[in-house]
Amino acid sequence: MKRNAIAFWGASVLFLAAILLSAELVANEYWFFAGYVILQFIVLSVAWTILGGYAGYVNFGTSAFFGVGVYTAVFLVSAVGAPLPVQIAIAAVVGAILGFAVGLLTLRMQGIFFSIATIAITIIIETAVTNWRELGGAAGIQIQRPPVTAPFHTYVQMLVFVQAVLVVISVAIARYMQNSWIGRGLQALRDDELAAECTGVPTLRLKLIACVISGALMCAAGAPAAMYLQYADPASAFNLNYSVSVLAMALIGGTAHWIGPVIGAILLGVTQQVLTVTISSEVNVLVLGVMLVLFVVGAPEGIIGLFKRRRPEGKA
Amino acid sequence: MKRRTFLGAAITGIGVSLIGKAGADQPPIKIGMSMPLTGGLAGGGKPSLLGIEIWRDDINAKGGMLGRKVELVVYDDKSSAAESPAIYSKLLDIDKVDLLFAPYGTVPTAPIMPLVKQRGMVLIGNFSFQVNSKIHHDMWFNNAPWGPADAWASAFLDIGQKAGGKTMALLSADQEFAQNLAKTAREVAGKRNLPIVFDQAYPPNTVEFSSIIRALSAAKPDIVYVASYPPDSAGILRAVSEIGVGDNVKLFGGGMVGLQFGPVMAKMGSLLNGVVNFNTWLPEPGMYYDGTKAFFDEYSKRAVPAKVDPLGFYLAPFGYASGQLIAAAVTATKSLDQKAIAKYLHESEVKTIVGPIAFSADGERKETATLQAQFQGIVDNNIDQFKKPGKQVILFPEKLKSGNLITPFEAARK
Amino acid sequence: MDLLLEAVVTGVLLGCFYAAVSIGLSVSFGLLDVPQVAHPAFLVMASYGVFFLNDTYDIDPLLSGVLITPLLFVFGLLAYRLYYETFERRGTDAAVRGIAFFFGVAFIIEVLLIMYFGVDQHSVSASYIGRSWRFGGMRIPLRLMVAFGVATGLTLLLSVYLSRTFMGRAIRAVAQDEEAVRLMGANPVHIKQWAFGIATAVLGVAGALLIIVSPVDPTLDRAYIGRTFCVVVMAGLGSMTGTLIAAIILGVAETIVLTLFGASWAPAISFALLLGVLAVRPQGLLGRR
Repeated sequence: MKRNAIAFWGASVLFLAAILLSAELVANEYWFFAGYVILQFIVLSVAWTILGGYAGYVNFGTSAFFGVGVYTAVFLVSAVGAPLPVQIAIAAVVGAILGFAVGLLTLRMQGIFFSIATIAITIIIETAVTNWRELGGAAGIQIQRPPVTAPFHTYVQMLVFVQAVLVVISVAIARYMQNSWIGRGLQALRDDELAAECTGVPTLRLKLIACVISGALMCAAGAPAAMYLQYADPASAFNLNYSVSVLAMALIGGTAHWIGPVIGAILLGVTQQVLTVTISSEVNVLVLGVMLVLFVVGAPEGIIGLFKRRRPEGKA
Repeated sequence: MKRRTFLGAAITGIGVSLIGKAGADQPPIKIGMSMPLTGGLAGGGKPSLLGIEIWRDDINAKGGMLGRKVELVVYDDKSSAAESPAIYSKLLDIDKVDLLFAPYGTVPTAPIMPLVKQRGMVLIGNFSFQVNSKIHHDMWFNNAPWGPADAWASAFLDIGQKAGGKTMALLSADQEFAQNLAKTAREVAGKRNLPIVFDQAYPPNTVEFSSIIRALSAAKPDIVYVASYPPDSAGILRAVSEIGVGDNVKLFGGGMVGLQFGPVMAKMGSLLNGVVNFNTWLPEPGMYYDGTKAFFDEYSKRAVPAKVDPLGFYLAPFGYASGQLIAAAVTATKSLDQKAIAKYLHESEVKTIVGPIAFSADGERKETATLQAQFQGIVDNNIDQFKKPGKQVILFPEKLKSGNLITPFEAARK
Repeated sequence: MDLLLEAVVTGVLLGCFYAAVSIGLSVSFGLLDVPQVAHPAFLVMASYGVFFLNDTYDIDPLLSGVLITPLLFVFGLLAYRLYYETFERRGTDAAVRGIAFFFGVAFIIEVLLIMYFGVDQHSVSASYIGRSWRFGGMRIPLRLMVAFGVATGLTLLLSVYLSRTFMGRAIRAVAQDEEAVRLMGANPVHIKQWAFGIATAVLGVAGALLIIVSPVDPTLDRAYIGRTFCVVVMAGLGSMTGTLIAAIILGVAETIVLTLFGASWAPAISFALLLGVLAVRPQGLLGRR
């Protein structure tokens, strides 16, 4: 356990250092643009897994949390000109509150009822933002970046670093949850909610915790997107494609372990980026759907499941 | 899809062999862009791209620019604002393109403006709306004929007021382009003291418009300004023909997107009669410039196998004109220097297949060339009728006027 | 007041249309517990089938809908088989991955439709589109009347089928107690497969209505996920007349908001209703369990 922790934090520090160093070494900005998108999906799918994987509640509302993160940042920039860390912190708080509210509202919903409720929440929030004229409404809103601070050369480099920090935070949280009583409780809840409740697992509290943490991380991941795009419109920020992609990434990677969504997000994120600049047609979108169906049918436990089957004792 | 790639490859092949002698050892001039080829804007993105491709083949047949072949680098942005920044970064940093075109539409264009400005690149806009009003990029040139922000609403309300309109109703889709139109319409109406008796934004995916149309006609407006998107435009006109909008309506239409696209117009048929709507190009006398006819001959040939709008009035010729703009600037300045190109485009008037184009300081057209035209004498299920003059009579601008307004609206529908 | 009355009338007609597009889901999700989130995608696919027949052979849309019904039935049988073999039989986790599976299928259908038919919206032509009936001062679109007639007919037919025929009763029995049916010597999987086939088959006519009422584009299914599930959940799972009533409530609520309060809030209506129902009664308004 101890050695594992040292290895994990060592790897995290190395990872962040590598990102910092790349800001010096890599002149080509495209890698940062593409890297940002992939890191963003890692955070989102890890956050999704906390609720969808550990607890077994399939959330179709990733785009709701993401969009709320984007618009929290937009609001803070346009109203008070808040700096990036503040945007992210407040977005996380808003996300936690929203997660709590969703959790409360859906407290006793299970299975597909929960999933449908999350779709409903997405549409209601999107409608509310669309009707919020001060934030641009349906026409969208353009925002300006402040000048970049050292040691970064461009703002996108800084955003990549910030998103990398979020990756480390989200993975650390997911890892902690998985190994603690919360993770075990959630697993019990996922396997049989009634039985878990009977044996004294505080199912409702656990579910709320998972909703809050998952929501906070998703909103935090969305906040920097406002500065990345310097433009926000409800149709793009609340796009259902975020929900589909994140769901696919988590399920393809595997949801039993935090490494699953990380692998899934990297694999699918890279594939999407590559397809965008090579095939560039409907086929691109088709690949996502086909991969999702194939994995759900053929590899129920995702890539880590395939791996585990070969190495039965493989536990991290 | 396959056939189109094949066709493209074949035509590029011909282009290569034709200019083989001119610039065999010169690398091509690369023009980079993203284009909505999937998602909500794809219906416009595809014909727009076809227009640009036809220009590329034409110019390569003439030996290219500066003796170099022209090559397009195009990626799909899925109609989303989230995709285009990474694409343009790739175009600039990996593909090292020499020139940039913007994607069709405001949403994918808005997020790339800061990047393009920061890199000091000329950007030829493609039908986006007021996207440069905050960024102030002095190397932005929009190919669309919009002109000043309020010109569109002014033109429509002019026609309505001349026909005796005293009140106005505003019905708009709750989406980006339509909301921009609605906003300027409110401002113009405010300046003219034209009371707005009905003002509603309806959500995307509205199924049934009859209740909205009932509420609208209950307000008894004289002028009805509609800013709608393709699926809704059809739904609104259907409801209008079923429910009616009342006898006092003198003018109906203005900003209905979708009624410019061939398949939609063919399906709507006689429902279109009487509607006065914006357009960018129409087969009316006065709209033909040097090369316009040849362009549409070529376009008609290529559109059907590529499964895009067989008429292509709205976007395709402007895609071609984008190419002509850049070609004129590059040829005149004999360089790919972005500053020189921008300076040339700011100072000169360029002749294109959609008429002469001159830009004001903000990169929009100096004068609006957005047409307002009335559908007249349309019959059902006939797409070829729209290729003939007299079906969409131009009412604005004055110098292109090709007929008279039939008013009131219900009279024009008989 | 006139406006309100007209809104209610249009709402009722619109509600009947919603009932027609939801009633298949009422069987597949309401009775069989299959998380059929691809239902709206199947519906749009059926609409495209109708469009294809109408466009190439000039067949009346409703007749086209009837013509493609057998095809859809077989398609439904196959879809259920695949779902059963890969998820229900393996037991654990069927819900989570079943949802993801149908979500992916919906996505694939969407893209295939785009690849074959293009992104543009399509509509059909028929004599009853673009006309209206006069009732006193009121003008009612004829296509909505068609939707009204077909929807009530469909509801009646399915109710009778489920309560009067042998197979219909078997389907209800499986929905109520699968184990009991098994003990009686019947094969619940075959019964459920048959029911799923029927749930998909009714989409033929429903798809025809969809494209009669408004033009269709490949991504339209997203707009109907909320509406159809809202109706089915409100209805109380598996009740055919309940579906009709719930759909009418939704239609009237939407139209009244659209007419009287401002159209831009209308999409939230179906979802707010749905959330309300789910929050109060997690298993639906008249939930079984």
